[in-house]
Amino acid sequence: MCTYLTEKIAISGSAKGGSGWFRVTDGSVYFDHPVHAPYGHTLNIDFLAPAQGPSARVAVELSAESARALMKAIEAVLDSAPPGLE
Amino acid sequence: MYDAVLSETVTITGHEGDAIEAYSARPLTPGPVGGVVVIHHLPGYDRQTKEFARSLAVGGFNAVMPNLYSREAPGADPDDAMAAARSQGAIPIPDERVVAEVEGAVAYLKGLPNANGKIGVIGHCSGGRQSFLAAVSLPLDAAVDCYGGFVVGEPPAGHPLAGWQPIVTRTPSLSCPLLGLFGKEDKFPSPEHVAELEQALREAGKTYEFHSYDGANHGFMQVDSARYHPQSAVDAWGKILDWFGRYLAA
Repeated sequence: MCTYLTEKIAISGSAKGGSGWFRVTDGSVYFDHPVHAPYGHTLNIDFLAPAQGPSARVAVELSAESARALMKAIEAVLDSAPPGLE
Repeated sequence: MYDAVLSETVTITGHEGDAIEAYSARPLTPGPVGGVVVIHHLPGYDRQTKEFARSLAVGGFNAVMPNLYSREAPGADPDDAMAAARSQGAIPIPDERVVAEVEGAVAYLKGLPNANGKIGVIGHCSGGRQSFLAAVSLPLDAAVDCYGGFVVGEPPAGHPLAGWQPIVTRTPSLSCPLLGLFGKEDKFPSPEHVAELEQALREAGKTYEFHSYDGANHGFMQVDSARYHPQSAVDAWGKILDWFGRYLAA
């Protein structure tokens, strides 16, 4: 099924796409059919800069298990970093 | 046998008179031939759904697929266009807009010089639901629903389609014979959903034919997907061409 489920967030940072680095301002997180990954459904993240057009996008499609491992890794790294570093 | 086919990106008139992108594939025969509107799945106007259009052209039908995300990201790569539409909150596309895009595609097909005036519609995944939607909204000659979810059944609370009425209630308005192709391993639509749709068709006295394949899951016709189920997909394509051949003949 197409889940249609999407969470949108404002983000601040940079991403590297096919034409180099660019500032990203928006993120979409969704669990739906992938374009490329060999699964029925994947956890997909788009890092976007809509002001630069639809191709200013870095996309990942992860198996549900990989996505959960990624969440834990991100939390672990952020939690173990010395406080005050930004 | 002359078997040349032309496939290309064209511009058609869609919802509210907007010019939208579409992918056209048609046999270069004098005709007359039937036309088919192809509706892509949620991931967009992609390579594999364009292949659907080309397969129909090789099978002897004019085919055209509107890019349902054309407004959100004109000219973009199909997956970038889907992402842009999602980011803009345009997904799910409102039913009214989908019907109008299909109506524009019908006008395009009827205007082709080798057209016989008969029009069918086919869609897969979310496009399967939208194929049924088009067939209960517009005067058509044949329809194919490839595993469309939420024709039957209330979307759960919190789902983006929550509150949308299941369009199975519109079955009495179905304008044409319906071919349904489903996987028995699918959950949306589940075999129970398929049975409920079949009951509605029977009660409304509609012409239909359903095939549910053993071992096939949602997306079993998508060649790029891990869900591709060759024996089911090959059989389904035979049934699609037969169905359109039967109901779109001059």
